[in-house]
Amino acid sequence: MSREILKVTGLSMRFGGLLAVNGVALTVKEKQVVSMIGPNGAGKTTVFNCLTGFYQPTAGSILLDGEPIQGLPGHKIALKGVVRTFQNVRLFKDMTAVENLLIAQHRHLNTNFLAGLFKTPGFRKSEREAMEYAEYWLEKVNLKEFANRPAGTLAYGQQRRLEIARCMMTRPRILMLDEPAAGLNPRETEDLKALIGVLREEHNATVLLIEHDMKLVMSISDHIVVINQGTPLADGTPEQIRDNPEVIKAYLGEA
Amino acid sequence: MTRNLRQALFSALLVWAVAYPILGLKLTIVGINLEVHGTSPTTLMIIAACSVLMFLRVLFDQQISAAWKASPNMPVIPAKASNFLTLPTTQRWIIIALIIGALVWPFFGSRGAVDIATLVLIYVMLGLGLNIVVGLAGLLDLGYVGFYAVGAYSYALLSHYYGLSFWICLPIAGLMAASFGFLLGFPVLRLRGDYLAIVTLGFGEIIRLFLRNLTGLTGGPNGISNIEKPTFFGLTFERKAAEGLQTFHEYFGIEYNSINKVIFLYLVALLLALFALFVINRLLRMPLGRAWEALREDEIACRALGLNPTVIKLSAFTLGACFAGFAGSFFAARQGLVTPESFTFIESATILAIVVLGGMGSQLGVVLAATVMILLPELMREFSEYRMLMFGAMMVLMMIWRPQGLLPMQRPVLQLKAEPRK
Repeated sequence: MSREILKVTGLSMRFGGLLAVNGVALTVKEKQVVSMIGPNGAGKTTVFNCLTGFYQPTAGSILLDGEPIQGLPGHKIALKGVVRTFQNVRLFKDMTAVENLLIAQHRHLNTNFLAGLFKTPGFRKSEREAMEYAEYWLEKVNLKEFANRPAGTLAYGQQRRLEIARCMMTRPRILMLDEPAAGLNPRETEDLKALIGVLREEHNATVLLIEHDMKLVMSISDHIVVINQGTPLADGTPEQIRDNPEVIKAYLGEA
Repeated sequence: MTRNLRQALFSALLVWAVAYPILGLKLTIVGINLEVHGTSPTTLMIIAACSVLMFLRVLFDQQISAAWKASPNMPVIPAKASNFLTLPTTQRWIIIALIIGALVWPFFGSRGAVDIATLVLIYVMLGLGLNIVVGLAGLLDLGYVGFYAVGAYSYALLSHYYGLSFWICLPIAGLMAASFGFLLGFPVLRLRGDYLAIVTLGFGEIIRLFLRNLTGLTGGPNGISNIEKPTFFGLTFERKAAEGLQTFHEYFGIEYNSINKVIFLYLVALLLALFALFVINRLLRMPLGRAWEALREDEIACRALGLNPTVIKLSAFTLGACFAGFAGSFFAARQGLVTPESFTFIESATILAIVVLGGMGSQLGVVLAATVMILLPELMREFSEYRMLMFGAMMVLMMIWRPQGLLPMQRPVLQLKAEPRK
């Protein structure tokens, strides 16, 4: 259908004697929503940390658009367009919502020191564009009226949305969401689902998702990867996964 | 009630326990022996009065706080006025008025006052520089005085050995301090919080001991004296000019007056402080400034967004140190003498206190706190014995009433495009 944005093969991560991730493979195609599920402690977040450069994977290859990125430091991988959110929201709490977005705009800004010191027309223009883009995203996630509120004072669901907007500010090639629905009520989860839909339809976003909310996962995923105790268990469309006896066993235990 | 009474008695005793050894006893040297004497009855009476007050205060704690709450809460400033005061345009006018005032008053002020004001301005510069590192980037630096020393010695040495003038050395001193900041930045990149504080503390001490023991170059504990003062476009402010130079009063045909020199130094300090204020103010609104704050808030999130923490930390250290270098070279020029003893840990602590007292990250807070911290001890010379006591009391009171600092940092309100509200 379309080209592969992210292709991971044989990814392993070893912490001393513990093999946390063992031979995980997954492929994310353009404009797809791919979900990674598995019981608690299965190693899903470890996979995320390997993909985004927070851990150096012990083995395996990670290709972003055909370019190997394994082993690069986190900020370089982020600059290449792999941007993530965190299981526990990591906003810049004392800074306002709009400032949070402007920081993410950083890599597209005119960062010249002297230009900023003298407020050259070029600098003013790039700042204005950044503001407009930030405003655009605040509107998308319905937070415009809170633009100048410190991010830490927003409600939890709003913080989640702001974190996603902050990722989108960087114009990512692939957006990685680590349990975005954790701690949200059913209505907020619906909003989140709609937001991911909008991101995919209107912004051509490619999403890799970790989530425990099965209703959400089954309804928005194009493809699901199941991991159990660090090893890949199953891989397929939502229908295939739903009926897979192995998966049911992993979640519910031996009958 | 009995519990209250017990607590009150204990508090009263505590007053005695703290105050009597400090204020009630005096050590006197008789020959070669040290003797302990009691002090005057007045002092004892005061301590007794304090303990009684404390007793009543704790005993009737609930009643007092109830009465306090019951009294109508009168706003100190009417809402309208406070709104007017915080408008950006009003603030700009206030700042312009303050700058003009600062430019004009030394011509009418006394010599001593101008001299103290110059000292305040040096600490303003230092406070602003440290504010970048501690207040914005959130890296606790206890060795900031090291950079100050580097700046001071850069000018002193260049002037002493090569006869370079202040205005040439000023940028060199800034660069020297900045490169030391850069050098210190590398080993401490992985450290945070307490560990960082310890390493930077060590760094400050190393610089001082280095300057002290490098006798051949720096003159050791004696330091370097007779450092040249800044000149006004080549005109000196001395009574007699050195060869090839002209004096200020001869050039303008006015009577020689030593206060001219003091005023000139004050104006140079003001210029440097305003320069620092301007540059840092702009930096705050640049992506770099925002990145510093983001680093303070969450380093991991920074990395996930593609910000390089190494570059951000190093830039904070480097720029912060650069301003200390400027302040240091000016300090050397004003004093005319630098010794390692001017750069002890207590200086670092004072500068840090200025940043914390003013409110982390707040620039006007730094200016206000520097004024308070330097002016108070000068104004209360008679009570100099109790300086540390007052210092401590001030800190404790601050932590109770304004833990966020005198003028806490205001988040800039960024104007979105105005849209008609329905």
